[in-house]
Amino acid sequence: MAKLTTSMFLLLPCIVAVLSLATGSTPAPIMSGLLDWLAGTDSAAAIIIGEIRLPRTLLALTVGAALGMSGAALQGLLRNPLADPSLTGASQGAALGAATVFYFGLFPAAGAVAPALAGLLGAGVALLLMLGLAGSSRPSMVIMAGLAISTLTGALLAAVLNFAPNPFAMQELVFWLLGSVSERGLDHLTLLLPALLLGGVLIWSQRRLLFGLSLGEQVAESMGLDYRRGSRLIVLGAALLVGASVAVAGSIGFVGLVVPHLVRPLVRHRPDRLLLPSALAGASLVCLADVCVRLLPPGREIKLGVLTALIGAPLFIWLVWKDRKRWL
Amino acid sequence: MAMISVRHLHVGQRIADVSFALEAGGVLGVIGPNGSGKSTVLQSLAGILDYQGSIDFDGHSVETLTPRQRAQRIGLLPQSCESAWSLGVEDIVALGRLPWGDQDPDAIHCAIDQAGVRELLGRKVDRLSGGERARVWLARVLAGQPRLLLADEPIASLDLYYQRSVMEVLRQYAKAGQGVILAIHDLGLAARYCDQLCLMHHGKVHALGSPRTVLTEANLSAVFNVPVHVNLDSDPPIIAPG
Repeated sequence: MAKLTTSMFLLLPCIVAVLSLATGSTPAPIMSGLLDWLAGTDSAAAIIIGEIRLPRTLLALTVGAALGMSGAALQGLLRNPLADPSLTGASQGAALGAATVFYFGLFPAAGAVAPALAGLLGAGVALLLMLGLAGSSRPSMVIMAGLAISTLTGALLAAVLNFAPNPFAMQELVFWLLGSVSERGLDHLTLLLPALLLGGVLIWSQRRLLFGLSLGEQVAESMGLDYRRGSRLIVLGAALLVGASVAVAGSIGFVGLVVPHLVRPLVRHRPDRLLLPSALAGASLVCLADVCVRLLPPGREIKLGVLTALIGAPLFIWLVWKDRKRWL
Repeated sequence: MAMISVRHLHVGQRIADVSFALEAGGVLGVIGPNGSGKSTVLQSLAGILDYQGSIDFDGHSVETLTPRQRAQRIGLLPQSCESAWSLGVEDIVALGRLPWGDQDPDAIHCAIDQAGVRELLGRKVDRLSGGERARVWLARVLAGQPRLLLADEPIASLDLYYQRSVMEVLRQYAKAGQGVILAIHDLGLAARYCDQLCLMHHGKVHALGSPRTVLTEANLSAVFNVPVHVNLDSDPPIIAPG
């Protein structure tokens, strides 16, 4: 049953990826475009598929996977279905890092990758501050520390917005913060992938702890699991995942919160079996949302983060409604 | 040789100089008022709390075991336990195999039968009554097949039927060659099911030995601060405030 669910979830992003490669204002054949691009031919299809749609699709998939997995991991660690990846403080740190690029024009040599690079640095600094503040306390305090750093970086971000040098810089900054995977290249992916792989491996290595924690810290510890070390690795992994995705794609809300809820009943509520399906479902959801962004009538493009929030919020309300009825 | 031998156990300000030993096949009851250190003793044996003193298991210090090896040998059923997620009964029992890193179906099915939860299979743990849930938590520990089972007030808040059924399971488990140490408030059940009792008071051992030597009116009155009436010759034994 578990294998069937995982293979079903593996199929989903593949279908959505094909859909994403096929969607755009100009029709282009996927296979020949990809082959041309791989062969280095300069055809129109190669440019459309290989240079524009492929990076966009891969970014949407990886960002969605990162958000889905970090949400599942944090909810499992805190034993709380309301935990959201932004609780680690890394996402606000990444947003602040990227915002300073728009404000101060940092890393001019990095070109279009500059906001992402600064975002990664911002996430890293926020992470260090969080871990420093939390010291050796319990995970609930680590998350409190994350929230405190998140509040601080949020305040600084507001200050950056307040003192934006000109309306254009401010508009650029706000649009960036709303989240998008468009107008990004494969170099963004090379920036994102190492952080995502490391974060994913850290979380994956602690899946036994997540299962053990279902019955509380005492039970997990009595089963020989290193709760203190493991919980830190999970928070670190989640922060890497979410920090790197915000750095590259801005804030894409609700995915980390809602996706684990949607997937949980399909894995019999097991927090260890939730990780991979959540990542795959998050990848599919963000990529599908990005396809919708492109399908909307031309004009002012709706930002991906806005769309995921618009889809995610009613879904969340529905989940709360359903759960409320269960307990009535 | 004792299965477990505890010498001069200290945990911060909570317990001091606690020593006892348990042979395989025996049930040791840790009794005493609230706050006397019963749970602390069990938790330090389970490796959750840091302690001073020595704990030998099968003749070797438990310090020589890795946390995982220790968890394979010593299983803990904590006092309060809640599942954060709506897990199925099978998954909760399978959780007991975590220290072994397998899903050994024989061990899981054996535990399901020992704890008598076969009729609960297929149900969600958050839809069970308190008594049913207590037996599922017990099945989880049994699935790990620990040589020593520690149970922290396993019958608190259970009705008479489940109290007896859980105590019978623990007694049978010990009889099969394992050891059981349980913290327990019901002194009548302690007298009936335990081979040895350890009476705790203010973090120290007040009395240690067979139920007949420990459950005296003098011992219990001194520790519980109320006159206690004891009649161990009746069946079942009677121990009640006087």
